[in-house]
Amino acid sequence: MPKYAVATVDQIPEGQRKIVEVAGRSIGIFNLSGEFFALRNSCPHQGGPLCLGRVTGFLSARVPGERTYSRHGEILRCSWHAWEFDIRTGQSWHNPDRVRVRKYDVFVDEGPVMGPYKAETFPVSVDDKDVIFVELPGPLTAGVVSEA
Amino acid sequence: MVKPFSAVSNSPTRDVNTDLTIVDSDIHSYMDEDCLRRFLSPYWRNHYDNFGRLGYTGSLMPRAMPKAARHDAWPPGGAFPGSKLAFMQNQLLDEWNIRYGILLPLTGAGDQINLEFGLAMARAVNDWQIEDWTSKEPRLRGSIMVPYEDGSLSAEEIHRVGNHPGMVQVLLITRTREPLGSRRYWPIYEAALEYDLPIAIHFGSTGGHAMTGAGWPSFYIEDHAGMAQSFQSQITSMVSQGLFELFPELKIVIVEGGVSWIVPLMWRMDKVYQQLSHELPRVKEMPSAYIRRHFWLSTQPIEEPLEPHQFTEMLNQLDMTDRLLFATDYPHWDFDSPDRAIPRAVSSRDRKRIMGENALELYGLTA
Repeated sequence: MPKYAVATVDQIPEGQRKIVEVAGRSIGIFNLSGEFFALRNSCPHQGGPLCLGRVTGFLSARVPGERTYSRHGEILRCSWHAWEFDIRTGQSWHNPDRVRVRKYDVFVDEGPVMGPYKAETFPVSVDDKDVIFVELPGPLTAGVVSEA
Repeated sequence: MVKPFSAVSNSPTRDVNTDLTIVDSDIHSYMDEDCLRRFLSPYWRNHYDNFGRLGYTGSLMPRAMPKAARHDAWPPGGAFPGSKLAFMQNQLLDEWNIRYGILLPLTGAGDQINLEFGLAMARAVNDWQIEDWTSKEPRLRGSIMVPYEDGSLSAEEIHRVGNHPGMVQVLLITRTREPLGSRRYWPIYEAALEYDLPIAIHFGSTGGHAMTGAGWPSFYIEDHAGMAQSFQSQITSMVSQGLFELFPELKIVIVEGGVSWIVPLMWRMDKVYQQLSHELPRVKEMPSAYIRRHFWLSTQPIEEPLEPHQFTEMLNQLDMTDRLLFATDYPHWDFDSPDRAIPRAVSSRDRKRIMGENALELYGLTA
């Protein structure tokens, strides 16, 4: 699988996350105590932005009345309906046999590694009135320039 | 309060079906303290500053999520979910190409125990909806808030704004002091009919009593899973009081109760009506006939049976696909997504009716 450079380590401190757009997919990169994990930012339930949800822990009980709260910071709750997923595996907890979110491998490297793809770039210039121009190939076309 | 994670860009993109007209019949605009103060008259602003609100206890907050909101619905800068028009336009109306949205502000005006302050609050909320929302966004329509525990004060407010083109229904809350068939509420129905306005009943409040017939539950999940109980009590009351013989044009919209529970309610009411109709001289028809003729149901929070085919079986038993209104409940956490909530097994004809056509007809909106 091709590797994409998505951030530098200092951009995602422990317990934090960063949402990135990679090859048309929105993906959340999480730092759990120095280890990095990446999940698709789309919940298998109704397509909500999963990775914008709160991070919580794992609540379990061996017997009724007992409460064990563990793994704080490692369980992601969807920002819409609070479905819970394990950040390490993408595994859901409320119905693990049927629901799972796509998980991606994450590596920390010495530095940026050139990937197989290159985005198209265009020459940019600034005139004496501080207007930014971008040069595009082909004939001049009428159209709307819009801010994303 | 837990601080929300505020990165709100980079949401996944939606599959927007442009052939489908979508009407969202339940959007919550949030009125913050500053807004309320701005729209109260000087007298009532002074009252509010000195004495605040007096309502019933028993409402739980937060509800699973801060402000019961989708965690991605907090506008940048810390404003409350639902309080910023531009953010909502972008995150909801534009994202799914929603043709119309119906606002239902849940400000608690109706359950103020001081009824005259309740009227002042209702007026403030109605003026705020018109000035800050519906007149600034042609896709939005508002709901007339009333101090519903007093019929004549409520009628006064309906007469004040009932003709405004931005207001499309009167809003009641499901947990009232008495069941909504009671005489005390009749002036509300009478006034609403003068302007051909449906009555929406939204889940919420406490009305001073527990939602269940068995006392106060311990957990929020009991409140959420049990929401049908309060709606069932209201429908049973309205039908049994013969409300639809007294007001044959009355239209009732049940909002945020789901839909499946209506089926066994109709079976049960029809059965006992055949045995006990002599108790109800005003009631002339089978209860299910009144329900199918006078009620509309918003879909959210939609049923999601683990066996998906049971959903379409339920729709067949319900036989009210011409009365179902799609709703998101934005910005609340139990939001139903326009592109994912209605199961795939539902026919495209039924889907068109549920997603928009029924609401266009009910509210007299043009596609």
